[in-house]
Amino acid sequence: MPDTTLHINGHPTRVDVADDTPLLWALRDALGLVGTKFGCGAGLCGACTVLVEGQPTRACLTPVSALAGQRITTIEGLSPDGSHPLQQAWVELDVPQCGYCQAGHLMAAAALLRDKPRPTDADIDAALGGHLCRCATHLRIRAGVHRAAEIQAAEIKASRVALPARRAASQGEGA
Amino acid sequence: MSTGTDVGRRRFLRRGLQAGGGLWLGLSWPIGGAAAGAAGEGGQAPGQPGVAEFRPSVFIRVARSGVVTLVSKQPEIGQGIKTALPMILAEELCVDWAQVRVVQGDLDPAYGSQSAGGSTSTPVNHDAFHRLGATARTLLVRAAAQAWGVPEAECEARRGQVQHAASGRVAGYGSLVARAAALPTPEPGEVKLKPPHLYTLLGTRVSGVDNPAIVTGQPLFGLDVRLPGMLYAVYEKCPRFGGRVRSANLAEVLALPGVRQAFVLEGTGNLNGLMPGVAIVADSTWAALRARRQLAVVWDEPAGPGENWSDHVAAAQALGPKPGAQTLRRDGDVAAALAAAAHRVEAVYEYPFISHASIEPQNATAQWHEDGRIEIWAPTQNPGAGQNLVASTLGVPKERITLHLTRAGGGFGRRLSADYIVEAVAIAQHVKAPVKLTWTREDDLRHDHYRAGGFHHLRGGVDAQGRVVAWQDHFVTFANRVQREGQTQLLPGSGASLSGDEFPGRWVPHCLIEQTPIECRIPMGPWRAPGSNVFAWVFHSFIDELAHAAGRDPLAFRLDLLGMRELVPGTGERGQPYHVGRMRRVLQAVGEKSGWASGPLPRGRGRGVAFHFSHRGYVAQVAEVTVSRQGELSVDRVVVVSDIGAQILNPSGAENQVQGSVIDGLSALSGQSLDIRDGRVVQSNFHDYPLLRLPQVPPRIEAHFLQTDFPVTGLGEPAFPPVAPAICNAIFAATGVRIRRLPLAGQSLAW
Repeated sequence: MPDTTLHINGHPTRVDVADDTPLLWALRDALGLVGTKFGCGAGLCGACTVLVEGQPTRACLTPVSALAGQRITTIEGLSPDGSHPLQQAWVELDVPQCGYCQAGHLMAAAALLRDKPRPTDADIDAALGGHLCRCATHLRIRAGVHRAAEIQAAEIKASRVALPARRAASQGEGA
Repeated sequence: MSTGTDVGRRRFLRRGLQAGGGLWLGLSWPIGGAAAGAAGEGGQAPGQPGVAEFRPSVFIRVARSGVVTLVSKQPEIGQGIKTALPMILAEELCVDWAQVRVVQGDLDPAYGSQSAGGSTSTPVNHDAFHRLGATARTLLVRAAAQAWGVPEAECEARRGQVQHAASGRVAGYGSLVARAAALPTPEPGEVKLKPPHLYTLLGTRVSGVDNPAIVTGQPLFGLDVRLPGMLYAVYEKCPRFGGRVRSANLAEVLALPGVRQAFVLEGTGNLNGLMPGVAIVADSTWAALRARRQLAVVWDEPAGPGENWSDHVAAAQALGPKPGAQTLRRDGDVAAALAAAAHRVEAVYEYPFISHASIEPQNATAQWHEDGRIEIWAPTQNPGAGQNLVASTLGVPKERITLHLTRAGGGFGRRLSADYIVEAVAIAQHVKAPVKLTWTREDDLRHDHYRAGGFHHLRGGVDAQGRVVAWQDHFVTFANRVQREGQTQLLPGSGASLSGDEFPGRWVPHCLIEQTPIECRIPMGPWRAPGSNVFAWVFHSFIDELAHAAGRDPLAFRLDLLGMRELVPGTGERGQPYHVGRMRRVLQAVGEKSGWASGPLPRGRGRGVAFHFSHRGYVAQVAEVTVSRQGELSVDRVVVVSDIGAQILNPSGAENQVQGSVIDGLSALSGQSLDIRDGRVVQSNFHDYPLLRLPQVPPRIEAHFLQTDFPVTGLGEPAFPPVAPAICNAIFAATGVRIRRLPLAGQSLAW
């Protein structure tokens, strides 16, 4: 089988799978990164969403052969320690019910918050409208994104006070 | 006593000894005497100085470090039970939630029933969990009092410590482990439950215990299971229910990259069990999925043409006006009462088969060990059923089957069935390695155990004073032909049987309720609030029709229909009493909270009301909708008032269940429908089986609770049934369009 090198969560990672293997199965079966979920296999539910070069991407439809040299972020790499504002907000507001679809929601929401630090309800609906949640935590998902925006804003404000320390920490995370 | 229970007792005992002679409480735990037996045989061992932990019950472990580990016995499917039940133990134990670690228990007879169905996890365990936690706390206080030589009454448990105020002494629970473990079980009278006004945890908003793992993508779910040397399987079954494998191109499939094995399973005749099919086992999920595209199977289909939904609709239309096969209730003279009624309404209500569509498809992982033991990892709501089905299908004694419960990515009743578990075990039997079976979304939609469709032929009569005097329903439902004791019989699907007691049976003086099954080969199973999930829509829509026919306010009409009695007894030995007073009070409350008295909204907007009693919960709802002239619906607000007893264990979880039920109800109402053609389900994935998406969700869903003196109960189901009728009644108020067929998709609401 061919060896492909993928750039996952800041690390070059060799993965030994067939070229046509969707990223989803390379992550889950070959690399043990099972946080990215299988829901439909057809790009309809969003459970498998990861970031490729920062853009929300359906891992179930994206073959590894299309990803050489591109930076991939999965839920496991959203933050080094579970402290991304979205992760904090999700725990604080008890957003998940079963939780199975949440990784996909979180990854899409992370891209939204990066591009629109104070999103409106309409922004959130547009960014997450392609995701399904069968337990129907939608209202908390929306509230969670708003809460994460607040946390993010507070962290940015605090980082201006303690800029040198923060810069050192973020460099430590690797590129 | 059965072998299984004996084995359970021995395992139970062994663990006690491993724990260093920890003691077992002979509490009245409903597990066939296993706990009491273990206490009698193995309990009360002396507390050696080296004892590692204090285990006052199978659910509680106190370590020397002071960390308290609580075992979650019930399956977690998103209903929040892994948080709620341990909260009860922690409350009674008087420990900080931050000091608690919750672990998922395996299937174990020592835990009692572990089925998470019928919203029973809370009511079945609630009282016992209070006693277990309080008993453990009693022993810790006693241990400290004895160590200090002071009266127990002077000691108090607080935040993981025992305190003696008079002397200022304090002992952490960890330091009391050895002494507490050596104490005998207290007498029941010595154990005092904490008075509710002193609760510090129950009734507060607690975030789910697995949330930190969920938001960081840690392995939790069935599909996340990984074992050394594990192989990956897919399983192709006949798209027409009941078909068997005649032949398949197995050699061709076996030659494909990554494929290790390809073989036929003969299966059984049980539509809800191990169905025949072809297994492909490969090095990766993708290799198995890709190979499956090349799989060609010739099926032996059941004789004759396959069934069609359109034929069932026609059959139901023909059956409706005829007498029913079965009379479920006959009070008074319905024909005469209808003839004499001042207002008469006749209508047919129709709803389709629907699927569960949890986002985690069905899956299970199984391993046959060389000594004959079977180990299973599965997202299941009913692990005991999985063990039973594997044992009966494959002829393996139950005690050789270990089942580990994983978190489940949604349940909704689907995972009360165990077909996917027995498939994984049967496949693993052929493979000398652990195997993970993954269903695709298409497998999941086309091989579900569906919520049955149905047809209700209704007639109602209201007298000149606006009272319902006549009610007639001929329910045409679906049944499978099954073998029972050498005979075949028609068995209606789960939730596909009506009770003669179903509201407003028992309330209307002239009442006739009949039922006729149509035979089908479609597998059926429980779907969130079985029966209730759609009966409430039928009956509260029709009650609304009667209210409007009589020119009455729909809420006042319902209050009159309920009447002023406090309790209406059930009919016959198995009939359930209906607490009218509880329902009246939630109905009155929802009127107040929703502003019902402010009167009708302008045309194009409307309010609708409905209520339903199911799964021990009394729930009333008011929906507010806007419908454009072109017929675009938006649900603006849903107000929910529930009476589920004396204590809301975790208000955060309870609110999640209510909001989730409302959105789920609107989702099913809006677009979910399965077509059946030639014995096959047509729909295949979320493009033709849509779930509600974020932009369509009602912006305001209010969850109110009337806390009453009644026993504490669960909330996974009871908030679901009133959603669809409340919304449909609001649509009628807004537009004059009465919805008598589900789903809304394809029907015009234009006005």
